[in-house]
Amino acid sequence: MVRYVLRRVVYMLITLFIIATLSFFLMKMLPGSPLNAEDKLSEEQKQIVLEKYGLNDPVPVQYVNYLAGLVKGDLGISFAFSNTPVTDILMDRIGPSAQLGAQALVVGTILGVLLGLIAAVFHNGFLDYTSTIIAVIGTSIPNFVFAGILQYFFASELQWFPVALWGDFKHTVLPTMALMIFPMATAARFVRTEMVEVMGSNYIKTARAKGIGEVGIVFKHGLRNALIPLITVIGPMAVSLMTGSMVIEQIFAIPGIGEQFVNSVIMNDYPTIMGTTLLFAALFVAIILIIDLLYGLIDPRIRIGGNNS
Amino acid sequence: MKLKKWALLLAFGLLLGLLAACGGGDSEDAATEGEGTEQSADSADGENVLHFINGDTIPSMDPSMATDEFGFQFIGATMEGLYRLDENAQPVEGIATGHKVSEDGLTWTFTLREDAQWSNGDPVTAHDFVYAWQRAVDPNTGSEYGPYMMSGVIKNAEAVNEGEVPVEELGVTAEDDYTLVVELEQPVPYFESLTTFSTFMPLNEKFVEEQGDKFATSTDTLLFNGPYTLENWTSTAQEWDLVKNENYWDADTVQVDRINHVVVKDPATSVRLYEEGSVDRATISSDLVDQYSTHEDYQVVPETAVFYIKMNQTRNEALANVNIRKAISMGFNKDALVNEILNNGSIVANGLIPKDFVNLPDSEEDFREVNGDLVTFDLEKAQEYWEKGLAELGIDSLELELLGGDSETSKVMNEYVANQLSTNLPGLTVNLKNVPFEQRLDLDTNMDYDLQISGWGPDYLDPFTFLSLWITDGGNNKMGYSNEEYDALLQEAQSELATDNAARYENFLEAEKILFEDAAIAPIYQSAEAQLVSPKVQGVHVNPFGATYEYKWASVGSAE
Repeated sequence: MVRYVLRRVVYMLITLFIIATLSFFLMKMLPGSPLNAEDKLSEEQKQIVLEKYGLNDPVPVQYVNYLAGLVKGDLGISFAFSNTPVTDILMDRIGPSAQLGAQALVVGTILGVLLGLIAAVFHNGFLDYTSTIIAVIGTSIPNFVFAGILQYFFASELQWFPVALWGDFKHTVLPTMALMIFPMATAARFVRTEMVEVMGSNYIKTARAKGIGEVGIVFKHGLRNALIPLITVIGPMAVSLMTGSMVIEQIFAIPGIGEQFVNSVIMNDYPTIMGTTLLFAALFVAIILIIDLLYGLIDPRIRIGGNNS
Repeated sequence: MKLKKWALLLAFGLLLGLLAACGGGDSEDAATEGEGTEQSADSADGENVLHFINGDTIPSMDPSMATDEFGFQFIGATMEGLYRLDENAQPVEGIATGHKVSEDGLTWTFTLREDAQWSNGDPVTAHDFVYAWQRAVDPNTGSEYGPYMMSGVIKNAEAVNEGEVPVEELGVTAEDDYTLVVELEQPVPYFESLTTFSTFMPLNEKFVEEQGDKFATSTDTLLFNGPYTLENWTSTAQEWDLVKNENYWDADTVQVDRINHVVVKDPATSVRLYEEGSVDRATISSDLVDQYSTHEDYQVVPETAVFYIKMNQTRNEALANVNIRKAISMGFNKDALVNEILNNGSIVANGLIPKDFVNLPDSEEDFREVNGDLVTFDLEKAQEYWEKGLAELGIDSLELELLGGDSETSKVMNEYVANQLSTNLPGLTVNLKNVPFEQRLDLDTNMDYDLQISGWGPDYLDPFTFLSLWITDGGNNKMGYSNEEYDALLQEAQSELATDNAARYENFLEAEKILFEDAAIAPIYQSAEAQLVSPKVQGVHVNPFGATYEYKWASVGSAE
């Protein structure tokens, strides 16, 4: 187990290195420069500024310099926010995004699992159709549409929640609701499909024959088996939720990282692009590892590191 | 069996109910809190407070490094240069109480007030200006606006920036603590207005050097000498306050105690926050104007940026033909564009220098009024020129590429212009190319386009800020336009006539006419911003360049 985790961590570092390399060279192919007043400067003036930031060096040299900084944990200084270390920007911005993402993931998944269960238990009944319709709507309508509707009804009309801005818990309610639609719908669909299949399988029949109560069958024998595929999709979803959604963050004026990422790409803020990419990638590979470890917990039939006889 | 399922449903129901109950509890809290906070915050201790929206974070509060409107806005509110612009955009006393100009117009001697202080109590002296200006052009600073604003203006600025002479050679010296002597490269009639601009603000050398790389990254690493101080700010902050600066030399004039700013980018959210009463001003985007134009707080704030089509004469030889260019510049209906697509108070531009930007020195008449409409939409004439141009070129059809921005409004506008031109000018095919800003600049620099929708906002109060764009081989020409007469007029205005402002303006009027006789560019519109502004907001005026809003003379009126 420990050996397995260690080996995985090494792979993770290799993956991150490859991602860093690829994104560095891809980023250098972006048109334009990180200068903010590019259109106002003469060619000589541009060169003076680029020289100062080491952007006149050949790209491979810049790459080596960047990696050298990275190894020391130095992500560089943002070009767009003068003198601000990229680490500060990431630390500042990841908080709200992660909080909203986590809230949306937890609430959305719980509701989704419940919806999926109801649908499966009342297979082909009225409740099944209702929950399927909810799930289809949830996956097909983009979340910013929900965000607009929620903002209009619950904030502008009913005034239960603030329209936007970041403050205490009540500010997080509407964005969480908008963000949770997708994980909820996804969870509902997966759980329903899996449960319908699982509930028809032999071991459930056996369990019923043994006289185990319906609640026990559904939760203990059914759900546990139906969760495996769900966990596979929840991992990447968790990352994308917690790294922020640009649109939702704009609508609710949340100081999150999703929007910062898009901005840094638009403005050619190289150090910030690299910092956010690496942060997202690191979260991603970490989550994948966690999921692989979770499989074993949920389904003992999936063994990890079991190849040593 | 059936019964068991229903028991299960009941269990789900209970779970859901529990979740809902949690949610419900929050909402009640929210409702009661929501009512309490907004009002109490404003009026609790009789403070005069305003709440504004800012379109984005402030990328830089370092006067040497700032390049964008938000940097200029908050540097303008928290710092003061030699002069400050009043509501008529006239320079009024700032740190300087007056100045003398030598006969040749090259040496400006400013007298500084002795009661101006930094927010740490240090006096503001002439040395602070010398340090700041040297820093702005020092190549080690890496400033963009420093060399842009000072080259060709302050003596040796260009040479210092290129590392040819040490920074001490820059033409700015402190004769004593309160006398600043500035030597110019050539007479600059608008130099007074330049001294109000962020790049020309003073800096406290000791403080800046002490902070090092941390300077201007948060409230704690900034010093102020303006009407307000900036509080609760870090460079990534989404909310901050301007707070009345008690150390400001003219603090008695400042009426507002606190101006809160929050970053909101979504236009619909801005308006909802305005209606909720959380903010006192909100921008109305084009698509929302129809809905709010009858609102009693609706206003249009005119701006001084001008948008136009650049016609590149080097890539497609057809555009080197003046008749083809004339046809294009007259061949699309600007009224419809301004009223239907932009719909935010923007006005049709029929020249280059914007309306209400500069007045003639003698008659005080608006430059735009005097030179009038130099090119208007005229379908018949456009088609006439078009036929003539095609005949001269010996072709009967033409394919041109139109390069434009990729924002929502830009895309609609590009499509409209392309459609108008290809409908109105028979045989013309216009291919659209909508790209992000950075890419457009690259294509512009490489002159890799036929037609391009572009715009320009002024950097100082003088027609030269616009007219200099099309000097032969100028840094922003990038379309192969060249006219010796035009160059000569501007050259003369900036040298021999530099001390005779009235004569300079005659040259500018003439040069603008030449630009449109040549149909070098096709003007489209002058921008404006539609807003909802609460009657609480009083005495805020809009500057034609630099900091958008001036808050020094602002006050809080009654909400009703």
